[in-house]
Amino acid sequence: MAASALLGASGFGNWARLAAQQALTQDQLLEFETFGNISLIHVTDIHAQLKPIYFREPSVNLGVGANRGQVPHITGADFRKAYGIADGSPSAYALTYDDFASLAQGYGRVGGLDRVATVINAIRADRPDALLLDGGDTWHGSYTCYQTEGQDMVNVMNALKPDAMTFHWEFTLGSDRVNELVQGLPFAALGQNIFDAEWDEPAELFKPYKFFERGGAKVAVIGQAFPYMPIANPRWMFPEYSFGIRDEHMQEMVDEVREAGADVVVVLSHNGFDVDKKMASVVTGIDVILSGHTHDALPEPVLVEQTHIIASGSNGKFVSRVDLDVRDGQLMGLKHKLIPIFSDVIMPDPAMTRLIDEQRAPFKAQLEEVIGQTDSLLYRRGNFNGTWDDLICDALLSEREADIAMSPGVRWGPSLVPGDNITREDIWNVTSMSYGEAYRSEMTGEFIKVILEDVADNIFNPDPYYQQGGDMVRIGGMGYRIDITKPQGERISEMTLLKTGERIDPAKSYVVAGWASVNEGTEGPQIWDVVESHIRKLGTVTVTPNTSVTVEGA
Amino acid sequence: MEFTRRDTLAMGLGAAVLTMVPLRASAAADAAIEAFTGGAAMVDSGIELTAPEIAENGNTVPIEVSAPGAEAIMVLATGNPTPGVATFTFGPLAASQAASTRIRLAGTQDVVAIAKLADGSFARAASTVKVTIGGCGG
Repeated sequence: MAASALLGASGFGNWARLAAQQALTQDQLLEFETFGNISLIHVTDIHAQLKPIYFREPSVNLGVGANRGQVPHITGADFRKAYGIADGSPSAYALTYDDFASLAQGYGRVGGLDRVATVINAIRADRPDALLLDGGDTWHGSYTCYQTEGQDMVNVMNALKPDAMTFHWEFTLGSDRVNELVQGLPFAALGQNIFDAEWDEPAELFKPYKFFERGGAKVAVIGQAFPYMPIANPRWMFPEYSFGIRDEHMQEMVDEVREAGADVVVVLSHNGFDVDKKMASVVTGIDVILSGHTHDALPEPVLVEQTHIIASGSNGKFVSRVDLDVRDGQLMGLKHKLIPIFSDVIMPDPAMTRLIDEQRAPFKAQLEEVIGQTDSLLYRRGNFNGTWDDLICDALLSEREADIAMSPGVRWGPSLVPGDNITREDIWNVTSMSYGEAYRSEMTGEFIKVILEDVADNIFNPDPYYQQGGDMVRIGGMGYRIDITKPQGERISEMTLLKTGERIDPAKSYVVAGWASVNEGTEGPQIWDVVESHIRKLGTVTVTPNTSVTVEGA
Repeated sequence: MEFTRRDTLAMGLGAAVLTMVPLRASAAADAAIEAFTGGAAMVDSGIELTAPEIAENGNTVPIEVSAPGAEAIMVLATGNPTPGVATFTFGPLAASQAASTRIRLAGTQDVVAIAKLADGSFARAASTVKVTIGGCGG
């Protein structure tokens, strides 16, 4: 297991960035003995993060049913133990949450597509025909991506020359814009589960798979878009399209490519990790699933039956390299490395830095404006409240004069460390979307419970095919108890209005402010404006620990 | 349970009614099965029912049934106030014994398909389709 640690050397201490640079080298991070005859490069869930960021991995990531306690549902010390990672080591900083703020001082930011470019170029120097596969959630998640409707990301990604891509948040640009961008892509846009909603037939614009000749073998790459787009995101923005897991159709596609001579079958997936695990157990003949959506980063593949599942993290923080030995029509061996993009260690590719800066130049002043400072670590990822969402909920309660606030349990959004300025770009990084209106409405206590029960079942249903892959809706102004092992309708109890300490009355109406409604015609100010106004008034943000959610059955 | 239009603005469902727990097969569904099979035992092979795990729109859920050699296939939405959806009958010259349609589901429930096979026996398939508020994934 020790081999799975990114590096052997480690140690606690007050790392200076220089020390990190001395402890880590680009060569070490990229070290990889080329194997077999085919290389895959997997990036996914970049969420439009062109520049280096901080990204804290979750402290709470609960698995249910058969996945309880299984990777990726282990965190912190348990995760480090499972993979033989030393406390305080670069791997600990990259893959676990503990001591995040102090390790961040030493190891610095992660990601940046100019650093990712350097890694991709290095892999291509070893293996010039390596396949670069993008798992989607690429054209969403930043100020510039919003303002250019994804054009900044398309420009930068095209320069990386991917071979194929699949999709999720891209569709929230609206189907007209998605169609326009996809038609212009110089690489394959794949999704065997992207269907025409009216005819329930495969959509013409998105092909189910593509063949690549590599290393004397035929590689079939099948796309699997996010199955629950019209449920988790606003259906009215892309009414022509239907999705779903469609594992029967996946099996048909696998059989079809095998019959057409595929030596190895790779699925580029945006299912989420547990859904991919189940799909690998249901569909036969898939060699590798490059898994996205749930933002898990795993230093080793997970093997389900004959299928290797690779999880490559999010926000540009990691690149996975997967070398395959394919001979005589079958996969004989696989070698994998999850490469963390330590942005102070990996040299940026200068041409890519220029291209990124060109995309940002028209918006430079808006991006860089400092709105406030933070004394606290601001992060989002985790099944329940993160500090970014506590701050967003506070903004909703105060700016919108509400009893209760709701913030969606999305998994994107970089972190800030104590002492950081909060710029407009930082606020947009955790709020940007095409349906960011902050609604204010009245809901009965009973309906609030229905919402919590519904969302909880989308995370904690023991059957992964009924999970949508987000985290629990974040609640401000109200506490509750949740037993994740119970069925829908019985998980949530002890809902309490925090400002009075009284139990929520099912019959009483409460003023609820939230954002990211999937309903057409939602009205209100944009959430980033609400948050900006709140932070301006605070000046310096201090988020106190939130103990309002009690979790049972973990 | 009733929700006002304003309530549903929150996160989602639009027009369809939301139920909090999967519904049990109703007495009406049991009666329809009894009438179709005459109370005969049902096996769980020989029929395939394809339905989404989570409905994109509870008002129009695409389903497919297929039972090679069947004389008839009955489809029930067991949690709907009126569970009967359709019974497809296949003549001897039918090229395949399969059908697809769209159904409306009042909430999370089991969709059941029962085929009457040529030898007079019955086969059953069921699939849970979830109808959800959604809106928080990602």
